Amino acid sequence: MKVAVVTFPGSNCDRDAIKALSRIPVETVPVWHRETDLGGASAVILPGGFAYGDYLRAGALAAHSPVMGAVRRLVDAGGRVLGICNGFQILTESGFLPGALAMNISRRFQCEWVQVQVEQALPGLPFAAGERFSLPIANGEGRYIPDPSRPLGRDAVLFLSYRDRAGRPHNPNGSWRELAGVARADGRVIGLMPHPERASARWLGGEDGLRFLRLWTRGVGASVC
Amino acid sequence: MSRMNIVVHLKEGVRDPAGEAVQHVLRDMGFPVEHLRIGRHITLELPGAEGEDAVRLGREMAEHLLANPVLEQFSVEVRS
Repeated sequence: MKVAVVTFPGSNCDRDAIKALSRIPVETVPVWHRETDLGGASAVILPGGFAYGDYLRAGALAAHSPVMGAVRRLVDAGGRVLGICNGFQILTESGFLPGALAMNISRRFQCEWVQVQVEQALPGLPFAAGERFSLPIANGEGRYIPDPSRPLGRDAVLFLSYRDRAGRPHNPNGSWRELAGVARADGRVIGLMPHPERASARWLGGEDGLRFLRLWTRGVGASVC
Repeated sequence: MSRMNIVVHLKEGVRDPAGEAVQHVLRDMGFPVEHLRIGRHITLELPGAEGEDAVRLGREMAEHLLANPVLEQFSVEVRS
């Protein structure tokens, strides 16, 4: 089984995601956003970057790319999708996950290492509640705003929250409840602002991202190549 | 043919950090500004749609792409 990694025009973490997965190692298949087939993959990553230059709103135009139909079919068939940063924005814009990501309260492009904590375990995935990861964030629109018509706790849950080094709640961007990541309650759809693929080697500053991706790929049943 | 103005703005209650920055600078310049909000103004032409039809299409475009209903509100103005 393979993990597809989608490239939208303006994606800039697609190669990083492929590289990180190769270190696990997991077989990957690169997919251009105009394609309507995920090449037999059992899971897909929507990587970070600036799809369509973030024109209109971050993720808004990419949400209508042809590949998103294939992502929908994969998830309906039991596959999994992981949206990282801009990929998370695409997942909210396309309705896979509730809520929206708005401009950071700080008005800054927040580029820093943060701790994130798993707030809720997900079915079929080996993430443990309370487990922490040290990961970098790099975003201008990372402030999660909940959708009152689709409150978290039912079909989707607060999956990851920001913490400081001592484990206390920390809020780098004004996100609702220090939210760093949302998941569909069945675990098939996960969106997070931090970049696990950028923490996939010691020389990059840490390997917690590799640990995160390894846990996720175990859940998707990706074979070791 | 209809010409359309679609204005998208953040809902009340959603903080607008960019608007706050602009207001801050305007106040520094001596303008006693309050409640400044930044929106987006989209103009387009729609051949073959007039009146009610054009308004309906404008609303559909806004609901499905131009505005994010979680964050934003919009208005549609049509001139034939």
